[in-house]
Amino acid sequence: MVEFWWSYIWPLIVMVAQSLLLLVLLLITIAYILLADRKIWAAVQMRRGPNVVGPWGLLQSFADLLKFVLKEPTIPAGANKGVFLLAPLVTCTLALAAWAVIPVNAGWVIADINVGILYVFAISSLGVYGIIMAGWASNSKYPFLAALRSAAQMVSYEVSIGFVIITVLLCAGSLKLSAIVAAQNGAYGMFSWYWLPLLPMFVVFFVSALAETNRPPFDLVEAESELVAGFMVEYGSTPYMLFMLGEYVAIGTMCAMGTILFLGGWLPPFQVAPFTWVPGVIWFVLKAFFMFFLFAMAKAIVPRYRYDQLMRLGWKVFLPISLAMVVIVAAVLQFGGAVLK
Amino acid sequence: MKELLAFLPILPEIALAVGAMGLLMFGAYGGERVVTTIQGLSVVLLIFAAVLAAMLPDSRFGTSFVVDEFARFLKVLAFLGSAVAIVMSLDYLAVEKQQKFEYPILILLSTVGMGMLISANDLIALYLGLELMSLALYVVAASNRDSIRSTEAGLKYFVLGALSSGMLLYGCSLIYGFTGTVSFEGIAEGSKHPGIGLIFGLVFLFAGLCFKVSAVPFHMWTPDVYEGAPTPVTAFFAAAPKIAGIAIFVRVAVGAFHEIVPQWQQIIVFVAIASMVLGAFAAIGQRNIKRLMAYSSIGHMGFALVGLASGTAVGVQGVLIYIAIYLAMTLGTFAVILAMRRNGEMVEEIGDLAGLSRSNPPLAFLLAILLFSLAGIPPLAGFFAKFYVFLAAIEAGLYTLAVIGVLASVVGAYYYLLIVKIMYFDEPVQAFQPMPGELKAVLGVTGLFNLLFFVYPAPLIEAASAAAKSLF
Amino acid sequence: MILSALFFYLFASICVASAFMVIAAKNPVHSVLFLILAFVNAAGLFVLLGAEFLAMILVVVYVGAVAVLFLFVVMMLDVDFAELRQGFLQYLPVGGLVGVIFLAELLLVVGSWAIGPGIPTTITAKIPTDIPNTQALGLVLYTRYVYYFEAAGVVLLVAMIGAIVLTLRHKPNVKRQNTSDQVARTKETAIEIRHVQPGQGL
Repeated sequence: MVEFWWSYIWPLIVMVAQSLLLLVLLLITIAYILLADRKIWAAVQMRRGPNVVGPWGLLQSFADLLKFVLKEPTIPAGANKGVFLLAPLVTCTLALAAWAVIPVNAGWVIADINVGILYVFAISSLGVYGIIMAGWASNSKYPFLAALRSAAQMVSYEVSIGFVIITVLLCAGSLKLSAIVAAQNGAYGMFSWYWLPLLPMFVVFFVSALAETNRPPFDLVEAESELVAGFMVEYGSTPYMLFMLGEYVAIGTMCAMGTILFLGGWLPPFQVAPFTWVPGVIWFVLKAFFMFFLFAMAKAIVPRYRYDQLMRLGWKVFLPISLAMVVIVAAVLQFGGAVLK
Repeated sequence: MKELLAFLPILPEIALAVGAMGLLMFGAYGGERVVTTIQGLSVVLLIFAAVLAAMLPDSRFGTSFVVDEFARFLKVLAFLGSAVAIVMSLDYLAVEKQQKFEYPILILLSTVGMGMLISANDLIALYLGLELMSLALYVVAASNRDSIRSTEAGLKYFVLGALSSGMLLYGCSLIYGFTGTVSFEGIAEGSKHPGIGLIFGLVFLFAGLCFKVSAVPFHMWTPDVYEGAPTPVTAFFAAAPKIAGIAIFVRVAVGAFHEIVPQWQQIIVFVAIASMVLGAFAAIGQRNIKRLMAYSSIGHMGFALVGLASGTAVGVQGVLIYIAIYLAMTLGTFAVILAMRRNGEMVEEIGDLAGLSRSNPPLAFLLAILLFSLAGIPPLAGFFAKFYVFLAAIEAGLYTLAVIGVLASVVGAYYYLLIVKIMYFDEPVQAFQPMPGELKAVLGVTGLFNLLFFVYPAPLIEAASAAAKSLF
Repeated sequence: MILSALFFYLFASICVASAFMVIAAKNPVHSVLFLILAFVNAAGLFVLLGAEFLAMILVVVYVGAVAVLFLFVVMMLDVDFAELRQGFLQYLPVGGLVGVIFLAELLLVVGSWAIGPGIPTTITAKIPTDIPNTQALGLVLYTRYVYYFEAAGVVLLVAMIGAIVLTLRHKPNVKRQNTSDQVARTKETAIEIRHVQPGQGL
């Protein structure tokens, strides 16, 4: 009995507790990221942004949450009920599931699995199902169009993200996320991180991440000028909130991935005194927030792409570039290793 | 450098594959203007690969790819067959405005598959080679996508081909399950004490292979595909893929299953008899010459399998001689079919050949030679082909098979001679348009080969004999 | 071990149940969604086997890409399965009879023939325990199995060429965006300044 307790129940309790802690922290962060998104957007347009609920609008997201939860959910008469309700759940659950393997500091991770990066990639490639299911189940024109657009868009950009990840893997020599961060711990501090040696890939990754998460300027899926609100037209109340939540969690995941793959994860920019005093998790959050700031600025500054331009960019620009880079990086590592070191 | 030498055995296939990819890029950027260049380069590449294949020493690439005398002999035939098929398509595609740079490239890639198939030494390599060859064939069958017949041919071939691949894979998995290995040597070892599971696998595997060589009862696709596909594609189908199919059939039968000859002999005997008889009788009623050639090829595959049925080196030698001569006869006949053009339109009816002896005597003479040879009339090459396979069957004691084969070839002679009669004794209709030079060359060479083979048959027979011995 | 056994039964039963639902569901879109569920559970089974690389690749390739396009097509096609099934009952007796005969024959064969006792030992390759299986796969994929791997690549290339040959049509009169043309546009090529006399027009 005692052995059963220590070998099964106790690890289970620890795992659940860890997951809950991560979820709570993550959701609070998301609430403020949402606020930051709106504030940055407002600042670019010389507005004040949300500033009524709480001091400087700090409680705005929680007010929104209450509003959504207290509203009455409506399901269209012609909708396919099961799939209609399943869609937001799928989006939200999958987005949260990716965080199980993301290390925010050395050893601070729920499951540091061997194929961590593939896991994140797999989970984020599943994100499209929420959108397709929602678009189809709504039984309405605009959501359906949005679903078709998103399916094509996400599949297109996943390919180049895959190749970007391969270049990083070639350099790091591991699929484990913590090992990828550790591999960036070089002699030149922040200049050893992969953003500099793999700069073109960092750019491709950033843009593809925008497209993968349906962020402006690639938010063709919910382009309000063409498709009203895309796949979310028929949604309201809690299901709608779950979509928004899932979307922002996915953005958070992409920021974290960018941090881990290119910005050295929890490593301090320089391995000298004042920087090393700061805990790794702070560095991680700062870097991830920097990535998010770029996301928000792109949303505020860049006009939306046309759909054919989006497809052209994915297949005719990014795919050849990333393919060529895979070959170049592999060749450099194979033949130029001695020179570089 | 030493590591690179390990790739030597697959050099012809690598050359073809890499060349095809290079030409693909060239075509993708060059567009319409470079089609002729790509066709020419493809032919050069195939001839180059044939030379390479002929010069390779006996060797292996891993356990799955083997180069021996058998592989060299058949690869040269298959590569040259593909090269001639491209040459024969030049005029047709230009006149019908169907020039696409992908066509010769697909033929190249299909030929890579044939090379892999001929050299395959385990079940996985067999399947990959077969799929590579077939996939390209499905596409070229449907390559004239504005024609309903052509798309129908492609779709039919694809669906039935997928079915046969499924049976083949099922057979492969059973064989793997009951012997514990995919390599032919291992299977030969494991089949010393054959169980019924292994025999089941063998039957399914042979069913899949029968489909690829269009032997009865898996021949149903052949007439429709031959008739529907563009004529140069049909010419290609009738030649090189058949060589590869027969090659892997022989290698599997005598390479992997030589321990259980009696078990598969009865299957091959049945398939051979059924193919010969169906090929002979079903062709009689045909009016369309492409359809007739389809039944003719079914019959010829039956004759070729007679040699395999004996299960001896002499039999395999007979198969190899048969397939080489069949290649020459078929390509020559299709050169004539491709030249059947009147007022800018292709004609395909047998009646359109009426009175050819008066409107174009040389053409009629050469076609008559080829038809006599197909019928197996001495002293033409086709007679020797049949002679060697029947000899092997008699030596192996398969008298019934030999007798039925001879009878079937007598029936078959009827419809070949009927065409000769139409050409020489019927009232002439309007003459055909002049024949393009490359078709003249193909027809001339194959016609003379069939006519004069008996003068100096030794090189082919010796090469086939050496190739057959390398398997035993 | 209890835990992994529990997970095995969970994944296996959901996998089989959803595979059944793929053929039983009335709505084709539901069928595809169940197919995806089956794939995900199969990936779970791979994880239990210790083949985590295969599991992830299964999800990325089949669920993340192939099934998305499949769903895409099924959603657009609007197949009426009820109509397709109309002859089902009519053909059921014959089809069922053939199936039963086939099954009986196979059972007879398998029943009368125990799989060769020596075989299981020959076919089980040693599983390396000292390296992660991603690395183990990488070590053999480009060495021992390079021939199969590259051959499969060529097969896929042919499939791609085939799809393009059979479907791509260059339609004339289609407006295409040429970015370099747009960028090369200058004030001189784009506008023309005319001095219009008052009261006259152009």
